[in-house]
Amino acid sequence: MKIVIASGKGGTGKTTLAVNLAAALGNQAQLLDCDVEEPNAHLFLPLVQGQNETITALVPEVDLERCNFCGACGQLCQFSAIVPLEQTVLIFPEMCHSCGGCYLVCEPGALRERSRELGVIDSGLSQEGVYCVYGRLRVGEAMAPPLIREVKARMDHSRTVIIDAPPGTSCPVIAAMKGADYVVLVTEPTPFGFHDLKLAVETVRTMKLPMGVLINRSDIGTAEVKNYCAQEAIPVLLSLPYSRPVAAAYSRGQLLVKAIPGFKEQMLALFEQISGRRQGS
Amino acid sequence: MRELVILSGKGGTGKTSITAALTALGESLVVCDCDVDAADLHLLLAPTINESYQFSGGHEAQIDPERCTQCGECLELCRFDAITPDFQVDPFSCEGCKVCVHFCPAQAIDFLETVDGDYFVSDTRFGPMVHARLHIAAENSGKLVTVVRRKAQEIAEAQKKDYILVDGPPGIGCPVIASLTGAHAVLLVTEPTVSGRHDLERAAGLTAFFKIPTYALINKCDLNPQITEELIQFCEERNFPVLGRLPYDPVFVQAMVAGKTLPEYTDGLLVEELKNLWQKLQVALQKTAQPSI
Repeated sequence: MKIVIASGKGGTGKTTLAVNLAAALGNQAQLLDCDVEEPNAHLFLPLVQGQNETITALVPEVDLERCNFCGACGQLCQFSAIVPLEQTVLIFPEMCHSCGGCYLVCEPGALRERSRELGVIDSGLSQEGVYCVYGRLRVGEAMAPPLIREVKARMDHSRTVIIDAPPGTSCPVIAAMKGADYVVLVTEPTPFGFHDLKLAVETVRTMKLPMGVLINRSDIGTAEVKNYCAQEAIPVLLSLPYSRPVAAAYSRGQLLVKAIPGFKEQMLALFEQISGRRQGS
Repeated sequence: MRELVILSGKGGTGKTSITAALTALGESLVVCDCDVDAADLHLLLAPTINESYQFSGGHEAQIDPERCTQCGECLELCRFDAITPDFQVDPFSCEGCKVCVHFCPAQAIDFLETVDGDYFVSDTRFGPMVHARLHIAAENSGKLVTVVRRKAQEIAEAQKKDYILVDGPPGIGCPVIASLTGAHAVLLVTEPTVSGRHDLERAAGLTAFFKIPTYALINKCDLNPQITEELIQFCEERNFPVLGRLPYDPVFVQAMVAGKTLPEYTDGLLVEELKNLWQKLQVALQKTAQPSI
């Protein structure tokens, strides 16, 4: 089963849920950190053994000796990544989506593929026996989705896969959610949390995936989130009140399943609930 | 005119509450919300929309089953796995690269302009605001951010405003890069947690990459005094000043529930600290040179 942990708003507790759920499940779980722009899972579940890979995207490089300056590459490119001029060809590798179109239209074969670094992927075992795949976007790189797809390509279908998604509702979130069996939306009952939850719910509905909500810091703010979930028939899987010991343990990078008595049982019960709901759906 | 971008790397550190507070404290400014896929600033500033524009950022392929011969050329060429085995385009995967459209031997693929969002020019009780709404699951958030900033710049120039405040998105990818390129300065709002520290380091790496003067504000500073000290040390090493420290305070949420900015909702030390922050930011911004881009 593939469970995506997402939220519209940042800082609601996605990573906290993802790492603690994975740690509670232990070696039955695989954790994918798809928040590649600001990956945090490794701070809570550091790898004790593993490997490191550099992930690249293919971008064009021009051989001006062969180029006949016909302009076909620039006409096809939708991303302004290749701009042919009268006597040269400008290439903006950071704009390139690696669609491969320019090589295909280049009749004299003047374009070669070279690689641009997107980021790195660390994968291996955490101390708790969780198999982890952590993507980390290179600072300065704009495109997160190709790296997210590479992280997901390392999915182990024999395990319960927990996917820590980035915040928001646009392409990186879609890349993280695609193919999931269940989405847990983590929110907080504040006006910002509520507003962004509604956007996240719409996103999950667009993708036609089953979902449930976890209300974090459930005793702050208002009852709007709870009422909305009831109205929309979205199950509230768990409500966790604000707790200073939890906030302090989180600030230090501690796993709550270790620092907070009873938290592991809450995570396991949550997992049972998700499994049950998924089979029931 | 000086443009300040409020960023954090990590989400939920207080960017939007701080942007709204600075908007309330400042004079002669235009504010814009560049967190276009989960915009929240309007919840505090209650803008009245004066102008509304449709934003189209790209294209999407669409196969016409009448013309399609199911030859498989598009399936083979698409690098985004966007063509399903029954020859339909999966809109979630299509990046609008046009490769399938160009090479389809039957010319059976149309290339339709996508409508990716809307953006608005509004009035608030503190002056003009530009904001946007990226459509659900839409692409091109970076382009929409650029459009929003350009509109804010036009307004600031036309109305001779001194400042533009940009509420930025979380992360360090495409929409963040679009939010900060060419800006005069960045304020990084951080918090003393291991995640906050890690994400601050990456966000600071990004502002250094683009050579933009950077300042920091530590929010919820009493949550972990030791990491707060480490954050201050990090900022000193990187040569960017810490312009303020705010304690964890439930008044952030209370003000949000009331739909008010912090200076409107409360007074006392927190607001004094915010006023100091704005004073220091103004001095810092006046010292910045016009960026080259």
